[in-house]
This record gives sequence, structure tokens and C-alpha cells, in this order.
Amino acid sequence: MSSPVVHAHHAPQGFIRKWVFSLDHKVIGIQYYFLALFSVLVGMSLSLLMRFHMIHPDAKVSWFAHLWPTAAQGGIMTPELYLSLMTMHGTIMVFFVLTTAPQSGFGNYFLPIQIGAEDMAFPVLNMLSFWTTLIALVVMVAAFFVQGGPPLAGWTGYPPLSGIGPLAGPGEGLGQTLWIVSIAIFCGASLMGAINFIATIIDLRCQGMSLMRLPLTCWTWFVTAILGLLGFAVLLAAGVLLILDRSAGTSFFIPGGLLVSDQILNHKGGSPLLWQHLFWFFGHPEVYIAILPGMGVTSQVLSTFARKPIFGYRAMVYAILSIGFLGFLVWGHHMFMSGMSPYSAMAFSVLTMAIGVPSAIKTFNWIGTLWGAKIHFTTAMMFALGFVSLFVTGGLSGIFLGQPALDLYFHDTYFVVGHFHMIMGVAAIFGMFAGTFYWFPKMYGRMLNETLGKIHFYVTFVGVYAIFTPMHYLGIAGNPRRYSDFTNFDFLGRLLPVHSFMTQAAYGTAAIQILFFINLFWSMKYGKKAPMNPWNATTLEWTVPSPPPFDNFGGQHPVVNHGPYEYSVPGAPRDYIMQNDPVDVHAE
Amino acid sequence: MLLAPIIWVLTVVIMYFFAAKVWWFPPPINQHGLAYDEQFMRTLVITGIIFFFAQFALGWAIFRYRDDGRRASYSHGNNKWETIWTSATAILFVGLVLTGTRIWVAVHLSEPDPNAIPIELMAKQFAFAFRYPGPDGKFGATELALVNDSTGNPFGLSDKDPAGKDDIVSASLKVPVGKPIKLIMHSRDVIHNFFVRELRLKQDIVPGMEIPLYFQADTPGTYEIPCSELCGLGHFQMRSTMQVMAEADFEKWKQEQAANK
Repeated sequence: MSSPVVHAHHAPQGFIRKWVFSLDHKVIGIQYYFLALFSVLVGMSLSLLMRFHMIHPDAKVSWFAHLWPTAAQGGIMTPELYLSLMTMHGTIMVFFVLTTAPQSGFGNYFLPIQIGAEDMAFPVLNMLSFWTTLIALVVMVAAFFVQGGPPLAGWTGYPPLSGIGPLAGPGEGLGQTLWIVSIAIFCGASLMGAINFIATIIDLRCQGMSLMRLPLTCWTWFVTAILGLLGFAVLLAAGVLLILDRSAGTSFFIPGGLLVSDQILNHKGGSPLLWQHLFWFFGHPEVYIAILPGMGVTSQVLSTFARKPIFGYRAMVYAILSIGFLGFLVWGHHMFMSGMSPYSAMAFSVLTMAIGVPSAIKTFNWIGTLWGAKIHFTTAMMFALGFVSLFVTGGLSGIFLGQPALDLYFHDTYFVVGHFHMIMGVAAIFGMFAGTFYWFPKMYGRMLNETLGKIHFYVTFVGVYAIFTPMHYLGIAGNPRRYSDFTNFDFLGRLLPVHSFMTQAAYGTAAIQILFFINLFWSMKYGKKAPMNPWNATTLEWTVPSPPPFDNFGGQHPVVNHGPYEYSVPGAPRDYIMQNDPVDVHAE
Repeated sequence: MLLAPIIWVLTVVIMYFFAAKVWWFPPPINQHGLAYDEQFMRTLVITGIIFFFAQFALGWAIFRYRDDGRRASYSHGNNKWETIWTSATAILFVGLVLTGTRIWVAVHLSEPDPNAIPIELMAKQFAFAFRYPGPDGKFGATELALVNDSTGNPFGLSDKDPAGKDDIVSASLKVPVGKPIKLIMHSRDVIHNFFVRELRLKQDIVPGMEIPLYFQADTPGTYEIPCSELCGLGHFQMRSTMQVMAEADFEKWKQEQAANK
């Protein structure tokens, strides 16, 4: 049932073409994954330093002074250094972890295999997008070490603070410029990636792989790519305008009549709110860029280990599509307090509640998938189940924040920090862990250790709840976010024990990640050998050797005859029917 | 398997701390605050019920449908249930936001009280300043070039305008109890934010924009104002206070300020 094909390019010889400037989607996927792994280590370390500073603002730590001779003179972290750590933590996590690993990492590796293609549509573009992303990361990290200090305007970079240069304070010189340049480069890279993903899904599906037979992972990568194409284009434009405001004397975002550090500025006629509209037009879809692939992985993993078809496949597809569509209509809910028209706030809030509906559909369908199941508790499954729990928790706090009336108090408090860390931070990261444990055997031909995996899962699961739930209580008490310490307000002093608890929880949760890294690197070399289909799963990546050969299907195009999640079909010889099994399975 | 009881315990602990109100709002000091708290509680109860049942069901499915040798049921879903929970959540979520609309309208879209006492707020890195028009009821003209914080002229009041002679400038906000206030907010450098927890009110202060905020405080006392929009390295210490005083005390304070000029 297979037709022979000629591969678009031959298997490369030599280390450089094979592992460095590779055109192979699988190698590029792994490159992205490791870029994200490096970034998550940096981002996590920054968060630990922040949590340390919040409860010990005056502590003297000698190695701080070595790392940051001016910003931590004498080993005491300054408030501006805290804000820089926060800015870099947010930026690195959002762009270089949450955007890269689930989409560019796993997507690159598994999208072509799952749809029966031998590579992405544009292999050269694929290579370029990875190397451009790496340049963006280098520029971002360089911002740490430049004269004047790293940027401190937050990952949202609101002008005028980010737009008027060193007058606005430390970090607002070269550091801020590099930040914007890095983001602009990253936008370019993401646009290349998005075009490639869309073209691949539309054009390279194998025979029989109709849209309604796509694994849900492919649907989420598809919609994420569309979000990226529309979102990053706008952010790129906004970034260029902001660079011009900083260096060419334009005034897109800077109004007239400003007096900063006793100097009257020459800017005239710009609008700070314009940046916020452009930024959040990208920024809200970005939330879905981070979480949608995690939803796809969760669906895939839940169905596999529940040994049941996904509950409501079509409803899931429509939910993904409506999340993608509505995701572009809700950006204003980040701006309820910004000074924009109160009428538009009401429109944005109704649309925001509307986007809660497809999210709820997904949750119901996941629980529906588990109902009547025969659950195999693998580590991948544990993380997928953890994802559902965290998604519920993080989603429900959004019901508070989506109401402009309640935002009158909660805007820019820790309630917001708790909400988005739950949903776009840890839920998305649980999706990545689930993906890692599920696909590692395919990628490396060896199994990850399940015992280490489960210990890592349990501690991480309880740990993230311990870190991020108290943030909601802090928000209710009115604790503003982005404060480097809590010593200047009477009401904040009383909340210090909560902060202290969260810091301890963060230390513990970070420490247990060492176990994950040990498991990852140890198993690559010494893990149990993985068979072709260790999970008895149904999608096409499980029909090829682990790891797959260079052109995935050995020069053959698979033919698909079944939907993606045919588990426990009555009358079938095994409890799963693979997508490329013959039409009449019973005749086997 | 072990995951089921862990999810249940976490659910109960999380809900306990919401119910016990260990870390909570300060008491509200006006009608808006009471309405706000009511809307918050309504949302908390509804989301709390969903939270409990969703987490409980997840835990139950994990516990009940563990692999104990039974065969998994074969089902691709159920359109009836799909329709029921889609419409139920749509009605619930949109209904909830509509019940809160009244609060938003009262703050931002209702007819402003023409007799509200005007007070101007000027925010800068990293302090708030407040200005009262004085007995003539008029704010004097200001000039950016005249702004000087060290001589106590954060607004840049000009000598040339007689209306500015009696303007009172203060580093903290003083308001009379039970009177409508119109706070006219300006920033002269970056975006700041005015937030009083007890008022349940928050508003960005945006350079280049004049944003009015109407409110009334009915309980005397002193309340903290933390800047709530990232404005630079001193953000965490950008603080002022709002003192709600009896009307006679407020008038007396204004006279004293005028006399000290």
C-alpha cells in the first residue's frame, strides 16, 4: 500500500551538515529543544535569584558582586538588578522556552512524521529559522553584560519607560536596545517557522491523512503557526517603531510634554497606549502559542494511556480553531486599567469570557476521555493528568481577571502573576514534560527511567502548586507585582511569611529538576532500549524505527486508513488500530 | 493512582485558604467597595464550585479507571453532553461578566457629579503629588520648564497666573469623608498607577493623557497608595497615602496649607 518516493535531499555526510547546519527536521527539532533547555535553566536560575532577593533584600552575597560589579556592588542586589532579572526571566521564558520547545522543538520533530512526510516543506528555511532564533538568544543574553546594565522594563517593555533611553534609569540604555533588537530577530525567525509549519500541514499530508484524521498535536501546531504568523508580524512592526523612537528621534509611542530626570524631552505626539495595543495584539495570541501545543500533547498522551479514543475529536478541533480565532479578539483585557475607552473594555471582557468556553470544552473532553478508561500510569500520563489539573486551576482564576470590574483591584497584583504562571507557565511546561517522556524513546531509541520520572513528577506537581497558589492570596491582599522588596508598605510587611514560603517551595521545586536532567542525559546513553512502538500507540511516528532514519519512512509514503485515536475498538485483534493499518483490520 | 488523593488534598487545602480569609482584602470604605466584594464573592463561589467538581472528577477518573484488568469502553464522545456543557459554560461565564458590568459602569461610565471636589494628581519617578485649587476654585496655569521638585513646585506653577497663587500642593492625598472626589491624573515621565486597596480602585496614570477618576470615601482613616505600574528602579517604594478626614478637619487643613505658603 505504499508508493516509492525520491527524497528531496540526500542524507548528509559529515558532522557539520549532519548536526550543525542540518536540514533534517528531526535534528532541527532537537536543536530547538536544547536551545529551550538551556534557556529554561537560565530563566529558572533568574527566578530563584528574584525569590531570594524578595525575602532577603539586604543580604550580602559575594558572588553577586563578581557577576554584576555595578548592579550588585558589594554583593547587595540593587532594586534595578531585581527588575532586570525579572525582565530577563519573563522574556527568556516566554520567547525562548514557551514559544520554542512545544512548537519549534516537538513540532519540528514530529509534525512531518505524524502526517507521513519525509521533511518540512522548506528545509533550508527551517535551518535558517533555528539559527536566527539562536542569534536572537545570543543578543538577549548579551544584554545582561553591557554598559548601563540589563533592561528593566519588564517582558512587556511598555514605553515611555522602554522608549526614552538612559534618562529613564539604569538598564534603559544599550541593554534595552539589545532587548528590542533580540525580540525583532526572534520575530523574523518565528515568521519563517510559522510559514514552514503552515505549508507543511497543508501540502505534505500523506495519502488518506485527511484533516479530520490529523492527530490533535498536528492541529495545535497548525493553529499555533497561524497565530505566530499574524502575531509576530505585528510585534516585529511594533519593535521596529520602538527602536526608531529610541534611536531616530521619532515619537510613535512617546507623547509630548515629558520631563524625565529634570530634562524636557523633544518627543511630541506619540501614544503609549499604541504600543500596548500592538504588543498585546501579539501578546495574547502568544499565550495560546505557548499553551496550544501542550493541549495537543495532553490529548495525544491521555488517549494513548487511557486506551480510549479522544472524547469528542471534532469538538476538540473546533475548540482549537475557536481558541485561535477568539485569541485575536481579546487582547484588550490586558488593558482594562490602561486608560483606554471603558466601552471597549466591556466588549473585550465578553469576548474574553467567550474564549473560556472552548477551553472548558477541552477540559470536559479530557475528563470524558478518562471516563471508562483503562489508565496506564506512565510518567508521560502523569504529566498529562497534571496538565489538566493545572489548566483547570489556572483557567478559573482567569474568570476573575476577565471581568473589568474585578480587575479594578486585581490588575498588576500577584493574582495576575499566579494566574499566568499556572496556565501559561507550568501547565505549558507540564505539556513539555509529557511530550518529553512520551517521545523520548522515539527520539533517542531509549526509554527514560520511569521511577526517576515519577519522583520528579510528584515533587514538581506539589511544588508548583505550593509556589503559585499563594500568589492568589497575595493578590487578594493587594500585593503589587514587580516590587523588588516589601519593606516600604505597612500592608506588605504582613505578607512576608507567604513570600518566604513561596521562596522555599521554589528552591525545592527547582532542586528536583536536577533529577529530570540526570534522567534525560543518563537515559540517552544507558536507558533501556526502546522498541518501535513502546506505548502501543496509533499515530505514524510509531510505525518507524526508534530513532527514525533520515527520511523517516525509508523512501516509502505511508497510506492512512484510520483516525488517530482508535483504541480498544471492539472486535479488533489488539487494543489499538494504527493509522496505517489496512482498512479491514479484522481480516488480519 | 496516588495522584488522585494528592489532587483531592490540594483542592481542599487551596479552598480552605480562600474560605479562611487569612490573607484578604482590607474592609471596603464605600458603596462601590461593598458592590465589588459582592461581585468577587459571587465569582469566587461559582469558580469554587467548578474548581471543586472539575478537580474531584479528575481525581475520581484517575482512581476509578486505573488499569485493573477491565477493558476500556470504546466511545468517540457524546454530542448531547458536548452541547450541554458548551451552553452551560457559555451562559455561566457571560452571565457572570454581565452581573459585574454595573460596577464598571458606575466607576467609568456614569454621569460625573458636577459638584465633585477636583484634585489634580501628578505622578513622576518615584513620587505622587496632589494639587487643590484653593478658595477661587481654579487651578493655576503650569509650565513644564518651571517644574522643580526641590523648591516644592512639582507641578510647575507659574507666578504669572493669579489663579495659581492659592493652589495647594501636597505629597499626600487628603479628602473629606463622604464627598464625591474628581481626581484628575497626569504623569510627567512614564506610566504610573493610582491604587487604593480600600477603595477597590485602580487606574493607570499615562503621560500625555488626562484621566479623571471619580470616587467617594465614607470611612475616615489613612490608606496607603502603592504605585501599581512598573515605572523604573524605585517602583517598589513609590508610595503615598490617602487620608480621609471629617469635612471640618479637611477645611482646616486646607487653610493651614494656604497660610504656610
